[in-house]
Amino acid sequence: MSIKGRACIVGAYEHPTRHAPDKSVAQLHAECARGALEDAGLSKDDIDGYFCSGDAPGLGPLSMIDYMDLRVRHVDSTDIGGSSYLALVSHAAQAIALGKCNIALITLAGRPRSSGMATGTAPRAGNPDQPDLEWERPYGPATANLYAMAAKRHMHEFGTTSEQLAWVKVAASHHAQYNPQAMLRDVVTVDQVLESPMVADPLHRLDCCVISDGGGALLVARPEIARELKRPVIQLLGAGEAVKGQMSGDVDLTYTGARWSGAAAFAEAGVTPADIQYASIYDSFTITVLLQLEDLGFCKKGEGGRFVMDGNLISGVGKLPFNTDGGGLCNNHPANRGGITKIIEAVRQLRGEAHPAVQVPGCTLALAQGTGGSIGTRHGSTTLILERV
Amino acid sequence: MSVLNSKGGHKLIATPRQPGSKPFVDAAAQGVFKLPYCRSCDQPHWYPRPVCPRCLSDKVEWETASGQGEIYSFTIMRRAKIPYAIGYVKLDEGPVMMSNLVTEDFEALHIGMRVKVFFEDDGEGNLVPLFEPAN
Repeated sequence: MSIKGRACIVGAYEHPTRHAPDKSVAQLHAECARGALEDAGLSKDDIDGYFCSGDAPGLGPLSMIDYMDLRVRHVDSTDIGGSSYLALVSHAAQAIALGKCNIALITLAGRPRSSGMATGTAPRAGNPDQPDLEWERPYGPATANLYAMAAKRHMHEFGTTSEQLAWVKVAASHHAQYNPQAMLRDVVTVDQVLESPMVADPLHRLDCCVISDGGGALLVARPEIARELKRPVIQLLGAGEAVKGQMSGDVDLTYTGARWSGAAAFAEAGVTPADIQYASIYDSFTITVLLQLEDLGFCKKGEGGRFVMDGNLISGVGKLPFNTDGGGLCNNHPANRGGITKIIEAVRQLRGEAHPAVQVPGCTLALAQGTGGSIGTRHGSTTLILERV
Repeated sequence: MSVLNSKGGHKLIATPRQPGSKPFVDAAAQGVFKLPYCRSCDQPHWYPRPVCPRCLSDKVEWETASGQGEIYSFTIMRRAKIPYAIGYVKLDEGPVMMSNLVTEDFEALHIGMRVKVFFEDDGEGNLVPLFEPAN
């Protein structure tokens, strides 16, 4: 049994805020839910499945279902970090295919910017029962330095350069200039990336994503319901998920779980990387994009640096338009978990509703890719392939 | 870290140990670096677990290891009060482990550099394995 063609994304909403000191996390979740319902033309009572992840306050679905007073018959709170929301779309499709629900709501929201969280540069507290904690936390592992180690190793093995990594940010900034809600709208050059302060060698400040408040929501529904609504029908063709860790000590930082989640999604969808017209690629850091592009098969392993150069990721310029909202590098990284924004921009592209300056003409096949946790230690990877019917 | 924890440099983050780590800690107190080996699949692993992550056997025993290895990857964390070097060390016995690389000369650090282990108290009595250039 496959989820291919069994479920559609009928509502998508990105909260416009990037700084919400006067709102609670639960309120942001609810505002995102309202936005997705308005986008779809559905009402709250239509929802019979609810999906959220670790950003939801309290006991996740218990707190949020009560907060929004939903009456659902299916819940899921898979937490694999920023990659969760792509997995939740897949899980919603599975539930819909099995008749467990008809219309699933997925929400994400958070306010790390308002809470002054040093998201990428301070070691996280961790749970005392986390088995790796005593063997890693003493050394000061922070998101930025863990990803930096992956970048350093990629440079060592494949000759990747800081200039090549910078091109990922340059491309994102070209897109962000058209997004009035993006945190960083200025177009930057390779030199500006290289001249920005070093955070953890070889990653500069502009190799890192933004820290923003905000959120997003999606509605996933049966195809029959999607066809009755007035929005373009965006169906799920394939999905894959994977978790990659340190493999008992056989650490290899040169590839990500996208090697596995991507292969599964492409196999289920029955398409190849060459067929993809637009790709949302999780961009916590520039190196994150480069590794995933290789692992998804858009180029060979080790050739990511050359692939992203010279604007190859810029819509209208290069071969693979990516993150046309500006991505996590420029637009938004709500709750430090960018997965849902990756899906939302892919939906905009497939609907033909991206900004005209970055809209891919005739976009009917798109990919969204998420990572969660840290590629430097252990991470989730999820891949979705979406089609406009 | 530019200098040792005990000499006013970057501080280790004190982290309580789990019960299964006692043999490692006891050996460290003697200056001995031990690795967990599984008697069922005959392989070492890292980070240490009483249940072998390769085969889920509970026949894990600690063996004295060389404490030598080479840098697999590393970075200098610049966005810290006192910059420090964090890295992965590939031990001569096989497993790759996270650690700090302790040196006065960050610029000399490179992938493939030979390093050796030593132990440092995290400030709350937990001995932590660190690495320095092997010369």
